[in-house]
Amino acid sequence: MNFTLKIWRQRDAKSQGAFETYKVENISADTSFLEMMDILNNNLIHEGKEPVAFDHDCREGICGMCSMHINGHAHGPSQAVTTCQMYMRKFKDGSTITIEPWRSAAFPVIRDLVVDRSAYDKILQAGGFISVRTNSVPDGNAIPIPKADADESMDAAACVGCGACAATCKNGSAMLFVAARVSSLAKLPQGKVEGARRAKSMVAKMDELGFGNCTNTGACQAQCPKQVSIAHIARLNREFLAAKLQD
Amino acid sequence: MAYKLDAKTPAGELAQKWSNHKAAIKVVSPANKRKLDIIVVGTGLGGASAAASLGELGYNVKIFCISDSPRRAHSIAAQGGINAAKNYQNDNDSVYRLFYDTIKGGDYRAREANVYRLAEVSNLIIDQCVAQGVPFAREYGGLLANRSFGGAQVSRTFYARGQTGQQLLLGAYAALNKEIAAGSVKSYPRHEMLDVVIENGEACGIIARNLVTGELERHGAHAVVIATGGYGNVFFLSTNAMASNGSAAFQCYRKGAGFANPCFTQIHPTCIPVHGTQQSKLTLMSESLRNDGRIWVPKKMEDVEAIRKGTKLPSDIAEEDRDYYLERRYPAFGNLVPRDVASRAAKERCDAGYGVNETGLAVFLDFKTAIERLGKDTIKQRYGNLFDMYEEITDVNPYEQPMQIFPAVHYTMGGIWVDYNLMTTIPGLYAIGEANFSDHGANRLGASALMQGLADGYFVLPYTIGDYLAKKIQAPKVKTDTAAFDEAEKGVQARIDRLFAIKGNQSVDDIHKRLGLIMWDNVGMARTKESLEKAIVEIQALRKEFYADLKLVGTADSFNVELEKALRLEDFLELGELMARDALNREESCGGHFRSEHQTEDGEALRHDDKFAYAAVWEYKGIDNVPEMSIENLDYEFVHRAQRNYKD
Repeated sequence: MNFTLKIWRQRDAKSQGAFETYKVENISADTSFLEMMDILNNNLIHEGKEPVAFDHDCREGICGMCSMHINGHAHGPSQAVTTCQMYMRKFKDGSTITIEPWRSAAFPVIRDLVVDRSAYDKILQAGGFISVRTNSVPDGNAIPIPKADADESMDAAACVGCGACAATCKNGSAMLFVAARVSSLAKLPQGKVEGARRAKSMVAKMDELGFGNCTNTGACQAQCPKQVSIAHIARLNREFLAAKLQD
Repeated sequence: MAYKLDAKTPAGELAQKWSNHKAAIKVVSPANKRKLDIIVVGTGLGGASAAASLGELGYNVKIFCISDSPRRAHSIAAQGGINAAKNYQNDNDSVYRLFYDTIKGGDYRAREANVYRLAEVSNLIIDQCVAQGVPFAREYGGLLANRSFGGAQVSRTFYARGQTGQQLLLGAYAALNKEIAAGSVKSYPRHEMLDVVIENGEACGIIARNLVTGELERHGAHAVVIATGGYGNVFFLSTNAMASNGSAAFQCYRKGAGFANPCFTQIHPTCIPVHGTQQSKLTLMSESLRNDGRIWVPKKMEDVEAIRKGTKLPSDIAEEDRDYYLERRYPAFGNLVPRDVASRAAKERCDAGYGVNETGLAVFLDFKTAIERLGKDTIKQRYGNLFDMYEEITDVNPYEQPMQIFPAVHYTMGGIWVDYNLMTTIPGLYAIGEANFSDHGANRLGASALMQGLADGYFVLPYTIGDYLAKKIQAPKVKTDTAAFDEAEKGVQARIDRLFAIKGNQSVDDIHKRLGLIMWDNVGMARTKESLEKAIVEIQALRKEFYADLKLVGTADSFNVELEKALRLEDFLELGELMARDALNREESCGGHFRSEHQTEDGEALRHDDKFAYAAVWEYKGIDNVPEMSIENLDYEFVHRAQRNYKD
């Protein structure tokens, strides 16, 4: 298969970026999208040009590192996969593919397709944890947890922190990301103790870091590679309101 | 000069050793902990749990990771589960049984006392993770669920769907975030350690490169902990993440830390087979699939050929024409034999010509029986995400046709030598998790990597490091303007400058792929004296080629992925040779190390306990010099070494 690639190139956060056009040829349909990028980069290196910088690591859809906007979609046109899990058989032979970094005020570009997502770490540092010390805990079976609650907690905990939700949202909101963590812990008895404080401090941090507000468009859910549901946003809102009412 | 290796294994009964040791080692008072600095390199399960626990204790901790966030460390990709000796299933599990299975699984090449301690603290890990909010799988009664893994006849594996590593890492990362928020841990993401600094024979800091700006930074500390995982990417194609590397461990080796059993590589039996030449990595299909999946190849060569041509589908092959070769060869453990055994058995069938894809390098993992027995919904619930992943990659629906699988490089049991305190041969320098060598011998059991990472980080290192730091309570802050730091930074700068100055024609990947092929063909699943000698010669030649013909673009003072990769490949080019040398020295087969000259009549690994019941610990002597080997005898006080038997 052959493709024309329009790729965003940007030297660093301060420089102006622009699209550049490249061709890749003889790509097997079983090649993954990022392997196609590897082939492009190896060609560029042999031409003495700098390769396209992009984030990636595990290449099996779990580390959350890959982060491309492909043909206008976060993680490309396929549903429920990360960029690294997409294969070239999903694209039409001879087509033009447009590749951009996440576009979000809270995720500044570092280089080319690489963005700074440290804002997500900062939100979790604001309260995305249960305050237990190492070795100061009861037996694992001391607190039975209904299977349905554990399963729902796991659904939310599937979030890989890739940033697709905020990058997709027209308001640049990180609500799905915040909700995934708050909801995952809120479904468990261990997480309830600090529930109110957690919801308030994580939402406050999100606002402080320049993420937008949620207007329930559902775009985040549609683009989430792990299909985290916006029902968790509803739970976050309930947790947040309940916490505010306690004040 | 050979090492004087003292494992510092405590005396006494096996079950009392850790308690006795904890009682005997020194502790540091809260007021003094505040004055002590610790660097932790790597933020996977080992690094994150260690840093969080050390921060809680009151030490000043700095953590470094090469990703954009500590949460992305490759522990996250572990799928199947984590072992613990809880005996929640009432199937007669115990700390001793977990210890025994691990020692046996490792083919009697691990240190007894370390493995017992691992089994002993395993139960604490589950408690800890539950308290952190890790959503482990539950039964309808609300209690924790278990499943079975290879090398065990009990159900002791705890899991969170097929994302156990992710959930445990998010737990450790959350604990880390708590400490970062509290100010006890400072995080340096997108930073790569490029050297360890030694002063007066003790580790006192690191040189790190800021991967965004390219700046070299100096960081001093009273102790340095290496938690940077394994070096499986020396093979280019492996299940490791793309950036996983052996470089931090290798810098320690260059600076004098002993490197133990480098040849012990785990080849995981259930990975998606290689296709074509454009592939960048191999994808693991969790070992948990062997709970319900049955591994087979056709009995008749004509069926093999028909499947390859596409004139027959695997589902067309009648039951009686299928060779469930693991069940045939190992009735007692069946499809749940340890990884090394399952991998070799797949190789044996493929070498005999029964491989089921066009390359002849694939076998089937079939869920037909399980779907008939349990229904599609149950199988979907257990393995849904793995089945989806498989279909996404191969375009084949595993509910209808069996998966094709083949062994791939997955984990390295070898690593930096450590004593019982997890300290390397360099005082003040520690190695934990996959980066060290201590617990898995020659083969790691499934669901035990997560266990070891968290055992070391939460429950072992936070105590044992105090024994060393207690001597440092009067020591001032480490100064980074010393000659040792100057020299280390200059050395790193010289390495970088040298690579840019080559201006050759081959990219990093071009050379790395060739190294990978040399390793796979000669230092892979089966090794011989000839193949290993050939590998050493070929790697040396390739290394020369690297220094003469590498093409490196971009600049050092910017975000430059090619430079990162080149530095890692430079280390792999030495590490690969070290692995071959170690494999050449070890004239026996054990666990994942299979020397074709040493096998039983049935083709099983044949150990030579009289000659090789030791850990081989290598000391660096310069890039083109043969390293010197020292040995740590693995004296077994409690377990009788036997030929591993998974048949009855």
